[in-house]
Formats: sequence, C-alpha cells, structure tokens
Amino acid sequence: MQDMKPEDLASDVYQQASLTFYDGSTRQILYTDIETRFPEGCLIVSRTDLDGFITHVNKSFVLMSGFSETELIGQPHYILRHPFMPPAAFAGLWETIQKKQKWHGYVKNLRKDGGYYWVYATVIPNIRDGKIVSYTSVRRKPSAKKVAECIELYPTLF
Amino acid sequence: MPFNMTISPDFKPELISGWYIFNTWLQKKIDTHIHIDLVNDFSELADAINNNSIDLIYANPCDIAKLVREKEFTPIVQPVGTQDETIIVCNAQHPVDDIETLSSGIKVAMTDVPDVNTIGLIMLEPADISPADIEPVICRNYITVAKKLINGEADIGFLLADAYDEFSNLVKKQLHSIISSKIHVLHHAFLAGPAFNEQQKLQQALLFMNDDPAALQILNSLEIDKWQAMDREEAEFLIDLMETLSPES
Repeated sequence: MQDMKPEDLASDVYQQASLTFYDGSTRQILYTDIETRFPEGCLIVSRTDLDGFITHVNKSFVLMSGFSETELIGQPHYILRHPFMPPAAFAGLWETIQKKQKWHGYVKNLRKDGGYYWVYATVIPNIRDGKIVSYTSVRRKPSAKKVAECIELYPTLF
Repeated sequence: MPFNMTISPDFKPELISGWYIFNTWLQKKIDTHIHIDLVNDFSELADAINNNSIDLIYANPCDIAKLVREKEFTPIVQPVGTQDETIIVCNAQHPVDDIETLSSGIKVAMTDVPDVNTIGLIMLEPADISPADIEPVICRNYITVAKKLINGEADIGFLLADAYDEFSNLVKKQLHSIISSKIHVLHHAFLAGPAFNEQQKLQQALLFMNDDPAALQILNSLEIDKWQAMDREEAEFLIDLMETLSPES
C-alpha cells in the first residue's frame, strides 16, 4: 500500500506517523485534526476476503473514506487505520471473528485526505456450509458519549 | 392439498385484494393450487413459520434468516427499487431537530414491523439510547403511530418511510420528521419452502410478469415495479447485514 502524500491532504497542517500492520507491511501516515461527521441515517457497508482485502463497498463507504471505489477494491481494510487506534483493538477483532463470533467496537477511521471519522463498527464472519468465506463490516453513527470515553481510553492501550 | 402462501403482515391493508388477484394469476400461470393464508401480525407469522405451515411467503428482511437458514426456504425473487427505509417522527408542536438531544426514558410509538423497529433503534444510538432505555408504545398500524404522536401519548414514532410519505397532508402537517434512514439495501423477498417443488417454474413465472402488460398491472397494483431473480448468496448477504444490525450487536 502506498504511503500518504501531502498533496492528497485537506490541510497543510498535519502530523506524521509510521504504522506497521499484522502482515509486516508499513505505511507512512499523514493525518489532520479535521473530522468528517457521519452522515445521518446512513450505514457504511463493506466486505473483505479472508485476508482482509476489500471486495465490496457501498456508496457511504466511498463518501466517508474519500477514496474512489476503484481505489478501495483489492486494498487491505487497514487502509483506513488511524494511528490513534491501538493495535490491540484490531487483534481482538480478528481473534473474535475467526472464532465465528460477532465483533463490535468504536473506531476512529482515517480518510484519504488525512482527516478522520468515528464509527460504531460491527464485523461478522460470513459462514457458508460451516466455513468462513468472507467478512462483512457495517459501520453506523456512534454515540458521542461513547466516543468521548474511547478518546480517553484508547491512548492507554498502546 | 394446496400450498399455503402468506404475505408479511406489514403490507398495506388496501393491497389485500391485490394479493388475492396475484394469487389467482399465479395459480393459473404455474398450474398449481395455492391458498392464501394471511396472518394478523408478526407473532402469528412466527407461529406459522415455526409450525411449518407456509410454503410461499413474501417476507420481511428480518424473517429471511430463519426461513432460509433454519427452514430451508429458497429465495425466488426480490422487488426492484423497493427498499425498506425508516423515518423517526415527532409531534410538530414539539419539534425535535437533532436526534442527539433525545434522552433515555422516551416513549416510542411503534408497530411490530421488525426491520422498521431495528433501524429506528439504530438511529437512536447516537443519542446513547439503547432498546432498554425506551418505553415502547405498541401500535396496530402506522396511522396509529401518527395518532399517538399527535395526541401526545408518545414522544417519537418509528414509521416505514413509504407509509409516512402516503399520509395525508392533514396528518403530515401535525408531524415533524427528525431523521430518515438511507440504507438502500433492505428489502422484502419472495421465498419458497422446501415442500414447494416447482421453484424454477415459480421464478420464471414471476420474472415473466415484468414482460406481460396484464401481469405487470397486477404487480404494480401491489406497488412493486418489477421482480428480479434472487439467489441464495444475495439472501445470505441480506441475512448477514441484518445480523450486524441486530439489537445485541
């Protein structure tokens, strides 16, 4: 996955971080303090294959991520990973869904333009004939109170 | 012995005769004896599903999981361009402009239509209101939801967006729309049970309705533009989606 570029950002004021993902790859992240509010009444829906590569996105996903659908399909879902998020949260996610259980949590996602948006995410394994064949993730508008709690909690989990 | 067909009880009462005409057409088309057995509410429908007394059903998305995964129903067709969206409304004299200003303990007028209520509850989450935080005011139909709000017997109400759109101006003027869902992927589906052995013939007949002016008129009288084939994976996607939205998530 490509490193982020300053010319893609929505602001000249940004911070930098280097993220290493579960597969050992790294990405240079550029991020801003600009929040995009979750659109009222919408759901963000995506599907990935067993390795977490995106196979389906809906219009709300495209809108909120800032990427085009073409840019998203085939990319690892961690293209949305924001450096604010503790890696332990995603380790718990994978551990849960690989056990054929539903995972949910509050997530700060990274946009293509370096901004962010909070979601309440639910991820489930898609089980066919007893086997996991893919994963579906649905994100909805989170409670502001719960987000405020996460803003306090997540920095303590690194 | 005839096969039994039922329609999810969230259909509009004025469409009852249309479903009987549809059944008459279908029986002739596939040369099979089918009896319409309508249920009064979702509780009766759940009993009928559990008792295996249904062979054909036009089902609400919330019932599709049980029908497909537990009762071995096969998806046949889905309506094109007809989606289930929910709107939350309140009394126009006490308008709520932002869902996040609502607090727990509110009285919510709602029917027993499961997908409308599921989406309604999801839209309350940003206000930190969970299903346990509301006082449900159960109503027989959508117009009763409106009356409860107008009479001040409930604070907000969950309605199917299409039902709200069809309210008279007199009713609408007394209501205030707070938020509408824009999910675009929830819809009803026509399913056949395992005992119904003419599933392919049924699907071909229903898809034929799109091309036959007389049959299309019958379909349009049910407020369905046309059918499109639905396969098992499309049903599974809908089921997975509903699972992510279930209250325990």
